[in-house]
Amino acid sequence: MNETHALLIVVAAIFTNNILLSNFLGMCSFLACSRQIDTAIGLGAAVVFVMVCTTTLNYFIYYGILVKDAALCSMDLTPLTFIVFIAVIAAFVQFVEMFIERFSQKLYYALGVFLPLITVNCAILGAALFMVIRKYSFLQTVGFGFGAGIGWALAIILIAGLRRKMHYSNVPTPFRGVAISMIVTGIMAMTFLGLSGMVSIQ
Amino acid sequence: MGAQAQQFGQTRGAGACCGKGCQTLKEGIWHNNPISIQVLGVCSALAVTNSLENALVMSGALLFVITMSNLIVSLLRNATPRRIRMIAEVAIIATFVIVFDLFLKAYYPEMSKRLGPYVGLIITNCIVMGRAEAFALQNPPLLSIVDGIANGIGYAMVLGIIGFLREFVGTGKVELVNKLFRSQLDLSQWYMPNQLIILAPGAFIALGFLIALFNWIKPPETQEGKM
Repeated sequence: MNETHALLIVVAAIFTNNILLSNFLGMCSFLACSRQIDTAIGLGAAVVFVMVCTTTLNYFIYYGILVKDAALCSMDLTPLTFIVFIAVIAAFVQFVEMFIERFSQKLYYALGVFLPLITVNCAILGAALFMVIRKYSFLQTVGFGFGAGIGWALAIILIAGLRRKMHYSNVPTPFRGVAISMIVTGIMAMTFLGLSGMVSIQ
Repeated sequence: MGAQAQQFGQTRGAGACCGKGCQTLKEGIWHNNPISIQVLGVCSALAVTNSLENALVMSGALLFVITMSNLIVSLLRNATPRRIRMIAEVAIIATFVIVFDLFLKAYYPEMSKRLGPYVGLIITNCIVMGRAEAFALQNPPLLSIVDGIANGIGYAMVLGIIGFLREFVGTGKVELVNKLFRSQLDLSQWYMPNQLIILAPGAFIALGFLIALFNWIKPPETQEGKM
């Protein structure tokens, strides 16, 4: 079991071990949705919410059912981890979508349109897998889910702002589009790397 | 494969001089390369390319998963109801990812540790899902296998290039090449390796430049107004 304090994990997951800038997770939706700041904020908020809930849910399922001699099932079901995790994420996202569609139209229009995108966002599944690999306790898991979500949101919002500005720059033709976004992201990752002495989680 | 390609070309009434299979192969590897043109599945392309060996094992994993899932999705394409096709695809893909993950854990545990969560993340890799959705659902099994192999090779090509460059620039030598050719090539005696390229920012920048290079060789048609 690793001993880092949960709050430290939150900070580390946002700045030093940013899930997008140092673990490269969630690139697809990152490249597709980072043209507008509003979209980026909406998607970021949805990711934070879903990530906290699904990592927590997956934590209980993993340690309650899947591992050997767990409370609910004594068989070793860890080979099924991937399929269970992705099923939990898909089901949760679907459930939340139906729920907010029924109860809050306003929230649905602000957040709901991003929800289907999130099922295939590798950051969500990645966070759950990191939780298993790094052997987090319950509090650490919640902290990590929250921090990783905030970190992802932060990165996508920053990039959206930069891409807006880039409209006015004269980028050489072969670099237009994805290539320059990659390089800008790389430079941003470099600035985040500058903070890496602060705390580190493994 | 030529005979099959011919057969498909004839049965589908599109017998170009190259045949359908060959055309699919070219599409996947070059004209519609999953990473450099479609920019799908970039996460793993960035994460595992810090050495050539990691990159190639990951490419092998993807090649296996995409080929097998394309085959199964294509075989079941007429039996899958439209509404649940996504879930069916994810279940099929996840099954093959689990197979590969267990294989890696059993025969190559060290590599399994090094790749960490990224093998599992093939499930959410957009290339696999995208090919199942865009190709295997509409095409017969053999052609789908060809498409899977083509995209797998296209992916492997880009990953191989980035993996080689990053390891070479970042450490001054390439382990795998040295191992295969029993050579002792190591530039780090006189060359100060640039560690940054091994770290995260290097991955983004390397891929950025590679995509730009591909764009320069073959200008994309539909990039207008994208920024």
